[in-house]
Parts: sequence; structure tokens; C-alpha cells
Amino acid sequence: MNEPILRVTELNKKFGEHHVLKGIDFSVEQGERVAIIGGSGSGKSTFLRCLNFMEMPSSGTVSLDGKEIGKPAGKNGERRYPESELCLVRERVGMVFQQFNLFPHMTVLENAMEGLLTVKGMKKEAARDLAVKELDKVGLADKHDAYPGRLSGGQQQRVAIARSLAMEPEILLFDEPTSSLDPELVGEVLVVIRKLAEEGRTMLLVTHELGFAYHFATKVIFLADGVFHEVGTPAEVLKNPKQERTRAFLNRFTEFAF
Amino acid sequence: MSYQWDFSGVWSRWDILAVGLLNTIKIAAVSIVLGIVVGLVLAFLKLSPKKYLSAPATAFIEFYRNTPPIIHFFWFYYALPVLANISLDPFVAAVLALSTQSGAFYAEVFRGGIVSIEKGQWEGGRSLGMRHSQLMRRIILPQAMTRMFAPFVERSFELTKTTALASTLAYADLLYQAMRVNSETFRPLEVYTTIALMYVVLLVTASTLSRIAEARLTAYR
Amino acid sequence: MNYQFDFGLILQSLPVLLRGLLVTIELWIPSILIGLTAGFFLSLARTSKSIALRAPSLFYIELFRDTPVLIQLIWFFYAFPIIIGVQLSPFTAALLGLALNTSAYSAEIFRGGIQSIALGQWEGARALGMRNSQILRRIILPQVFKRMLPAFTNRAIEVAKMSSLASVLSVHELMYQGRLLSSTYYRPLEILTTVAVIYFILIYPGTWLSARLEKRLAAKA
Repeated sequence: MNEPILRVTELNKKFGEHHVLKGIDFSVEQGERVAIIGGSGSGKSTFLRCLNFMEMPSSGTVSLDGKEIGKPAGKNGERRYPESELCLVRERVGMVFQQFNLFPHMTVLENAMEGLLTVKGMKKEAARDLAVKELDKVGLADKHDAYPGRLSGGQQQRVAIARSLAMEPEILLFDEPTSSLDPELVGEVLVVIRKLAEEGRTMLLVTHELGFAYHFATKVIFLADGVFHEVGTPAEVLKNPKQERTRAFLNRFTEFAF
Repeated sequence: MSYQWDFSGVWSRWDILAVGLLNTIKIAAVSIVLGIVVGLVLAFLKLSPKKYLSAPATAFIEFYRNTPPIIHFFWFYYALPVLANISLDPFVAAVLALSTQSGAFYAEVFRGGIVSIEKGQWEGGRSLGMRHSQLMRRIILPQAMTRMFAPFVERSFELTKTTALASTLAYADLLYQAMRVNSETFRPLEVYTTIALMYVVLLVTASTLSRIAEARLTAYR
Repeated sequence: MNYQFDFGLILQSLPVLLRGLLVTIELWIPSILIGLTAGFFLSLARTSKSIALRAPSLFYIELFRDTPVLIQLIWFFYAFPIIIGVQLSPFTAALLGLALNTSAYSAEIFRGGIQSIALGQWEGARALGMRNSQILRRIILPQVFKRMLPAFTNRAIEVAKMSSLASVLSVHELMYQGRLLSSTYYRPLEILTTVAVIYFILIYPGTWLSARLEKRLAAKA
């Protein structure tokens, strides 16, 4: 059994009175691919966003390579997170967003180089080589000088993936990467993600694409009401769910299947 | 309505009006530059989460936005010297009035530009491990700047028009010089129509230039 | 900086200043009402299909927007009477200048508002068989009006500030009384500061209202 690279203990997240995540324990090992499914408002995106501190956990700890992030502050398990520490985490844990969040004032190539230049402090030439390599991998070798606004949603999302890959993260987080895409563009993004899976990368994916989750994941988590309702292999959770709640959720997806 | 227009008096004194035009441009330019400085300081104070920094900035901005410009001119020219026991010449008093006043408006332009940038841009930068200062410099400000451009230009045009108030302190701007020409020629219709058109030409030229600049700035859209 | 502030003088001059405030309001309210009404028709001309209506209205609007208000007021007082052959009182000239200035700016607000309504609204109403005039009255204007309310409030604030320029034509409004008193008593600091505060009290509710309206509108969108 490997030591997990990422471990979460007793993670709670509250937005005001709204208790979104309720004491989640979770860990990811090297090479694992975790698909997180669940209804809207179940807290699945919030959970993912707590892992790279896009959202600050209300209490509980996140550890990377056995080291807890932040320092205890306050009595209710609250923690203080210095910016420098968060930046280091985010450098190692990449994220791909539903809305891409590309920088519109930079070209595709500049987008992919930005983190290397400012965060890693790389020389321009080295950064360019690395960015070019990743853009090749996502199939955008011919779009280097285009601005994101001129690209299709699928192309934009692939740029975002390349931008994140260029940082050579140890873990990649995908937050509903195909949810804002037109149906015919979903495929090109999923192909890229599958390629990354074949490379054996450690990834977490929040998604509504259950078919893709089945083939992609080594582990599937069904999240509902802020807790992990069911965890198991894709076959266990998606084909033979034990929980009534999981079954009901899956049925809604297959209602109009043909 | 059989009025005989006669521009000869105005024509023969073109040099007086030219001095006025140059002075108008000069005072506008100086006040815009100083106004930007005042505006930047105020904007960052107002964006601060610390109340003792943001509250005075808000008070300053609100005071200027809710009082007429002419009172600022008179206050700086007549009242401030009494308070501080100094004497100010009309140019300095007018520049003080214009730059503090435009600074209050610029501050809102700058602040508005920064807060208008979508949350996703902050998150995109953060997800790469960028620090707040890096994000501000590389991601937020460059985009905010293009959004600020149009309102910034609009405010600067307002400022340029407001410079006419400097004439009430006997600063030799275009309007003041026009009054001089009028008192020599007794041709108010020709004189004031002429300088009105000069203002139109000045502002239309400036607005054309700014539109060209804006097109370059926002080429990526 | 150990200036002795004379509070007694402020109390003593308050009645005169408030008389001035009354004139300010007499100038302010009619300017807005006339300006809005004229501005509405102007915006129809500005958006008309006929170039014979569009061109002159555009020229009129730009003329007012690209020249300083002070010059407009001076022009209406000193130059305009020469064309019409009737001397105008300072108050009438100021009212005329402010109202026409307001009409130009509000025409642009109306135009922006009408054009901001999505094409789908026109199409939806047309699909029901409504005429253009009915669509404008029943569908477009009600939506436009709400959306334009903050802009009109801002305009009203600007007019209140502009009205202070009538002091240059010796209209006995607030600013004029302030200037007169401050030179009579040689106490510019007390008087001018008081005048500024009175303006602030007059104008601030408008700014507050406009900010609230904008927030409400943004929340709905």
C-alpha cells in the first residue's frame, strides 16, 4: 500500500448557515483516478475546490505528502493559510475549471507559459518549449498565436488543460470540464483527459458524464448532502449500487436512454 | 434676424485665443496626470479591507462627487490660503481643484475596473500558484485597464470642459481670453461661438485619438 | 494653522444662503423637467430612419456635449440675445442653457435605454400583432424607464451641480450668495465651506438613491 499523496481529514465547509461538506475523510494515492458524481448542489465541486484552496475549508485538514497545510487558528478546527503555502500547493495540484478561466488578454501560447514564467520563474525559451509540448499534446499546435476569445469552447478547455499540464502538477483536478460545452465539443476534451489517464496521472474528476467516468476512473464516489454516500470501483458504484439514493440518482440519467 | 455676422475682430486677435487654447490644454494635461495619481491612491485605499483606510477615501470621494466643481475652485483659491496661511496663484489653485476632483472620479473608474474582472480570472491565476501581487500585475490590471479606458476618457473630457471654470479665477484659459477679446470687440456672438467651436474641435480630435488607442488596446477581443 | 473659525458668522449668513438655495432649486427642477421632455423627443429624432431628423439632432446633441456648460450659459446670456433681438434676464438665460444641455444628455440616455431592449421584445410584441407605437408605449418604455432611472438620477445630480455656474451670470442662487458674502465679510473659509456643505446635503440623497437603484437593477439582472 502506497502512502497517499493527498489526504483529507474531517473536512467541513459552511457557507454561512449552509453546511455543504460534513466531515469528509478521503485520500488519493499515486496513479489513482477518482470520479466524483452527484446531483447539483451536492457539494461535489466545493469538495474539489477545497483541495487546492479555491475554497477555504471551514475546518479539517488537507495534507500533501503527509504534511498538513496551514496552521491551526481558533478553537473550532479553523486554520490560517499563509499565501506562500497555498501557492506551493496550487503549483503541485493543478485545476481545470468548468468555465476554462483562460486569460483573454494573452494568446494561447502565453496562457500556457504564464505559470511557468511568473510562478516557476523559468526563462522564456524554456517556458516556451514546455508550453509548446503541452499544446501539441492537446492538439492545438496550430493555435499558438490565437486569443482565447477566437476559439471554440472545446479548444479553450484544451488550452486550459495544457496550461495546467505545463506546470507539471502531481495531481490534476477537473471541475466539470465539459459541462459548459456544446454536446459536439465534449468528445474532444474527453479524448484528451483519457490520454492523460493512459499516462498514469493522478486525477480527480467531477463530472456528469457517467459513461466516461465508468471507463476513466479507478474509483467512483457518489456525493450527496455533503457526505460520501457510496465509494467503490466504477463497476460497483455505477453498475451495482448498494445504496437506494445512488440508484435513484443513476436512474434519472438512464431514463431517456435508448 | 438681419444680424450681420462679423468675424474680423476675432480673426485679428487670433493670437490671444491661441494662448487661451494652449493654456486650456496645459491645465487639462497637468490636472489629468495629477488626477490619475490622486485616483490611484484613493482607489487602492478604498479597496483595502481595513476600514481606517477605506472610510476616509470614501468620504473624500463622496464629498467631491456631491458638490459642484466651482466651489472647489473658489475654496482652493480663497479659503485654503486663509487656512494654511499661504498664497496660491490661479493656476495652482485651479490645478488643485481639478486634480482632486477628477481624482475622486478616477478612483471610482479604477476601482470599478478592478472589481469588474470575473472571479474566474482570479481563480485561474490562483490555480497556477500565482501570488496576489503577481495576479494583480499580470492578469487583473491588464484586463481592468482596457475596461477602464472608455470611462477614463469620458472623465478626462469632463475635466477638460471643467477647466473653463479656471477663468473665474482669472486664469488665462480659452474662455478668459475670449472675454478679453469680447471686451475689445463687443462681438459676443462671434467670440463665444468661435470658442465653443474650438472646444468641439479639441474634444472631437481627442475623442478620435482615444478611439484609435482603444481599438489597439482591445484588439484581443 | 491656528485659524479662528467664526461659527457665529455662519449662523448669521444662513438665511441669505438659504434664499440662494431656493433660487438654485427654482433653476434645478424646471431644467430637469424641460430637459427630460425635450430629450425624449430629441431621442426619437436621433433614432429616426430619416436622415433629415437624425443629422440635426446628432449635431445638436454633440454640440452640447462637447462644450463646457459655462460657455453654454455665457453664450445664452451674451450671444443668443443678439440673434433673437431680445435681452434675456440672467435667470432665463441660465435656465435655457441648463434645460437645453439636459435635453442633449437625456436624449442619449433615452436612446441607450431604447436600444438596450433586446430585439426579442419587439419581435415578441410584433408576433402578437401590436403596432410600433403600441410596442413602444406598452412594452419597451416601461422596461426602459426602470433601466434608465439611475442614469436620470445621475443627470439630475449633474444639473444641480451645474446650476452653480449661473452665479457667473449673477443669478442670485446659492453659489452667488456664497461668493458675495465671503467677499463682504472677508471670511471665505467659513462661507465657502458652508456653501459646500449645503450643496452636499442637497445632492447626496440623489447619489445615494442612484446607487441603490443601480444595485437593485443589477440584482434583478
